[in-house]
Amino acid sequence: MTTTNDPKAADGATRGAGTPPGNPRSGPPDGSRPGWRRLFGPATLFLLPALLFLGVFLAYPAVYSVVRSFFDASGSQFVGLDNYARMFTDDRTLTAIRNTGIWVLVAPALVTGLGLVFAVLTERVRWATAFRVLLFMPMAISLFASGIIFRLVYDENPDRGVVNAAVVTVHDTFASPSEYPGARPRGEELAPDTTRGGFTTTRGYEPGETATLPLVGIRPTDVPEQAVQAADPEPVGDTIEGVVWLDVALGGEAGVIEDGENGMPRMTVDALQDGQTVASTTSGDDGRFTLTGLEPGEYEVHLAADNFTEPFRGLTWLGPTLITPVIISSWVWIMTGFAITFIAAGLAAIPRDALEAARVDGATEWQVFRKVTIPLLGPLLLVVFVTLMINVLKIFDLVFVIAPGSVQSEAGVIALQMWQVSFGAGGNQGLGSALVVLLLVLVLPIMYFNIRRFRRERS
Amino acid sequence: MSARTTLHHSRLLGGHRLLSGAAAALCLTLAATACGDGDSAASGADLDGQSLEIVGPWAGDEQKAFEEVLALFEEQTGATVSYSGAGDDLQTVLQTRIQGGDEPDVALIPQAGLIEHFADEGVLVPLSDEVVETLDQNMAGAWADIGSVDETPYGVYLKVANKSLVWYNDELFAETGAVPPETWEEFVELSENLADVGISPLSVAGADGWVLTDWFENVYLQTAGPEMYDQLAAHEIPWTDPSVEVALETLAEVWAEEQLMLGGGSGSLQTDFPTSVVNVYSDDPDAAMVVGADFIGGVVTASTNAAVGETARVFPFPSTGGEGDAVVVAGDAAVAMSDREATMELLRFLATDEAALEWAAIGGFVSPNKNLTADDYADPVLGQVAEQIVLAGDSVRFDLSDLQPAAFGATVGDGMWQTLQDFLSDPSDVEGTMERLEAEATRAYGN
Repeated sequence: MTTTNDPKAADGATRGAGTPPGNPRSGPPDGSRPGWRRLFGPATLFLLPALLFLGVFLAYPAVYSVVRSFFDASGSQFVGLDNYARMFTDDRTLTAIRNTGIWVLVAPALVTGLGLVFAVLTERVRWATAFRVLLFMPMAISLFASGIIFRLVYDENPDRGVVNAAVVTVHDTFASPSEYPGARPRGEELAPDTTRGGFTTTRGYEPGETATLPLVGIRPTDVPEQAVQAADPEPVGDTIEGVVWLDVALGGEAGVIEDGENGMPRMTVDALQDGQTVASTTSGDDGRFTLTGLEPGEYEVHLAADNFTEPFRGLTWLGPTLITPVIISSWVWIMTGFAITFIAAGLAAIPRDALEAARVDGATEWQVFRKVTIPLLGPLLLVVFVTLMINVLKIFDLVFVIAPGSVQSEAGVIALQMWQVSFGAGGNQGLGSALVVLLLVLVLPIMYFNIRRFRRERS
Repeated sequence: MSARTTLHHSRLLGGHRLLSGAAAALCLTLAATACGDGDSAASGADLDGQSLEIVGPWAGDEQKAFEEVLALFEEQTGATVSYSGAGDDLQTVLQTRIQGGDEPDVALIPQAGLIEHFADEGVLVPLSDEVVETLDQNMAGAWADIGSVDETPYGVYLKVANKSLVWYNDELFAETGAVPPETWEEFVELSENLADVGISPLSVAGADGWVLTDWFENVYLQTAGPEMYDQLAAHEIPWTDPSVEVALETLAEVWAEEQLMLGGGSGSLQTDFPTSVVNVYSDDPDAAMVVGADFIGGVVTASTNAAVGETARVFPFPSTGGEGDAVVVAGDAAVAMSDREATMELLRFLATDEAALEWAAIGGFVSPNKNLTADDYADPVLGQVAEQIVLAGDSVRFDLSDLQPAAFGATVGDGMWQTLQDFLSDPSDVEGTMERLEAEATRAYGN
């Protein structure tokens, strides 16, 4: 980046300093004295501080990074292209390169697009400035602070993360949570039912028998309020009597109903025969249930799965799969204001008569936008887009702050990887320099494009 | 840059050689005074007008307490000691000052690996015989070993951390009639019982890799014993050793049981360290226990309404049978960077009962000093924690991940941290985890 900047900057400075125009190669034929003067003349003297500055602070570090990338961690051993080979074979770096690719493809386009839409829309409302100030506000917060905010916003726990709180609220209005999430059987009477979910008894019961089904895994304070002391079922002629209760009295014996152990009301209980549900009932306040209308035969008792459905807790936003989109979304939130400000300024500069002329000619608003506004804004949109692109290539702090440690390798980007490798803990500045060089190479085409455009504009 | 370092290095060594002659003479005089006293506590050295500089990681309350300890030294000897805290940037600060030829007299170094690094660079001065003698009187031999590089003693451990603890919520324990377990089997059984009554037994901060390495180190130290621990720490045995398999399988007894951890494996991986503590000690606690070091007490005080010693209590990390009282520790070692009588006298003072007693009475401090009892500590929980370290005697071992190259032992999303995080999300893959650990360790040691 810096090396490409140099000629341009030096070029500009030369002009500014007012060197006489002319090609150095076409100097006077006698040569030596004027050549010497041209080299060390007043112009060069004036240029010296700037050149020194550029050399020391831009050119030297850039060149040194390239040189350093050919040495090992300690910096004493020349290793050739080893660091580069390692870079492109290391899973983590490859993930970082892939993620940076996603960032570059998605984020700048998204922000430029949103910026354009908001800029055009806010131009037409009465409180345009107020809206723009509002949308620009995130820019006033540092990326680091925004990162901390978004880490909280996307927290998995709905009690903390606002996104999951909203998602859970919406979900629960359509599907009410179950009564006994996380409950599970104690002892051998019940086993998880792999085909229909819930739990099924491990043996069959005939009408006239009783089933005592102990469950655990629920805090005694979490059973519904109407629950009362569980009671042993009484065998009755042609029904299966049973009880489901929370078998968790302190120091109690497993599988035995004791004082203080409550029944589990409103549990859906089915009788199964050959895999078919033949009877169904709901347990009472003391946990007792009666399965009636059964022919003689053997039945399994089944506790339906929807008694135990875990409550919906939202999505794991900060997990390995969603982490990059989530971080991009926070970057979009921050940077859209930047795009709006620039594009709005560009919109204001568009000659009104061009728009008016189009409207007079009978163009619809959409046509005016497509055929007049966008082409006129074109160069500006490009500047915004390219600036954002460079911004995205060096994205670091957002990823560092938002991604929890366990998914940081999945969320990694080149700039972050570079820091981790060379300073974070790795201490391998050779490999780190190789990553910097990669970043530099990626920025070069964008810079080249930028410079060419500057030249074109000037001519 | 490399050229500059080498240049500086040789200059430093040269200076060193020059000094050592004078130092030998000094040491003799020092020996005379110290021996004349014949007392490990009171110092007879007269260091009037001398000034010493210490750089360390402590700030805030720790700095205040340490300065009171130093005031005691100043009172006894007449020397002036100035302490400056470098916080988390300690390594950078020290390295810069060493390169500039302006090293402090004493540095407090939190990583054992860093002592080795500085010792290799030749900027550390070995402890004098008097200091070593005082160390032997007051601490288990393991501490001198931890502070040594290639059998040369360099470090005096003043303030240490006990990483073999389980913090529990006493209210939840009382509610369910649970009692602190002693063995691993009891620990797993207790956890299952807690899960039965609908309380998540453990809150595991899986998002922070070092929390998981602490789990592993404790289990490994218990299942494999201190000698194997030393070998693994030095990578003398590979990570594919059967002892590692035993440790991972033991870990999986808890990590593979979703109901034993708040949020299961995936929920744990989203939980960071402070949150894991708050989960146990908030007003409406979600979990009953959190495994971790004594400094969890600080988080409890800062972020929750629970009181350490009342709701927040500790029991030692459960033993698996063989090595009942082994303890994983960490700590800050004081090392000498200047070869002066006053420097050694200060290090000797830091190893005494006096210095430890002074800070213990202020609080927020755990000493490896075996002459201190639990009653000497202002905070009863820390007294208990310190007692556990003293009882462990020579079975204390320094945090294994801190002894590894940083690329393996201390990198977010890499090495041991990431591998154990992956193991937490899939505890059935013991074989693959061992192979990955070995591959990453080999790579890190190869550098």
